[in-house]
Amino acid sequence: MNYFEDVPTGHQIALGTYTFSQDEIIAFAQKYDPQSFHLDPVAAQDSLLGGLCASGWHTVAIWMKLMVAYMKTETLKARQEGRSMAALGPSPGFRDLKWIKPVFAGDDITYRSVLIDKHESRSRPEWGLLDHKNTGVNQAGDEVLTFIGSVFVQRRPKMPQEMNADDQ
Amino acid sequence: MRTYHDFTIGEVIDLSTCEVTRDEVIAFASEFDPQPFHLDDDAGAASMLGGLAASGWHTCAMLMRLLVDELLKESTCQGSPGIDSLRWLHPVYPGDRLSASGEVLDKHILNKRPDIGLVTFRFTVRNQSDRPVAEMVNPILFGKEARQ
Repeated sequence: MNYFEDVPTGHQIALGTYTFSQDEIIAFAQKYDPQSFHLDPVAAQDSLLGGLCASGWHTVAIWMKLMVAYMKTETLKARQEGRSMAALGPSPGFRDLKWIKPVFAGDDITYRSVLIDKHESRSRPEWGLLDHKNTGVNQAGDEVLTFIGSVFVQRRPKMPQEMNADDQ
Repeated sequence: MRTYHDFTIGEVIDLSTCEVTRDEVIAFASEFDPQPFHLDDDAGAASMLGGLAASGWHTCAMLMRLLVDELLKESTCQGSPGIDSLRWLHPVYPGDRLSASGEVLDKHILNKRPDIGLVTFRFTVRNQSDRPVAEMVNPILFGKEARQ
């Protein structure tokens, strides 16, 4: 991850595509969201969702999986190029999560993330907060989910002379 | 079978409790959120979380399980259009005992589907010290009538 200061608003990243298999949809649902339309292909046909589909929590958990994988690749790249990288902190939350369309077994979902806003943290001066809008699009080009996440990112460490300048 | 009609604005529904185990914290994080502070004691202690802590998405998943077991299983639930807001207020650590509850904030029948209504809840998850760890506002769809 680049330092808070170095990421421009509007910067977009492609997180890749994930195929939701029926087995994985059912395994996640059995553990965390055992409702019939996530477990039983026949019962699901009768539901408002229209077929066996992934728990909404599964669709955002996969977003997280792809985001962490992306960050790992970027960190490795930076290390090879000898650049220092910012630490990524936890997230205080998210808003406006919309499960727009069901994610059915066999769907390929392509995830993207765009930086929409950044603000300094008042309580933690060495950290900033990035707001990012995330989307998942299926193989037909239809948006299936969007949400606005927020995450702590380390600020660029101040050089000793900058610190002196700030003190004056 | 609980239907749309059975929810009253202001009503608070108890969603029972669950234990957070170290194995599950690490298993969930390994699969979906493999950041060091969700996997490793030392990395957790060095982070803002102050110790190995569950992925926030895992906390959401644990809340969902309580919600299904305690409320949705025996209801006319037809899914949810999303989450208006979610705040992770305090880290969830292995060994924590979480309790959840949901307050009915609002309800209305859908214009386009008069057989279905939307009930908006504020769910709160607390740890064993009664400290809120997560709070979310979540509209859920329910059929007006139980199916025959």
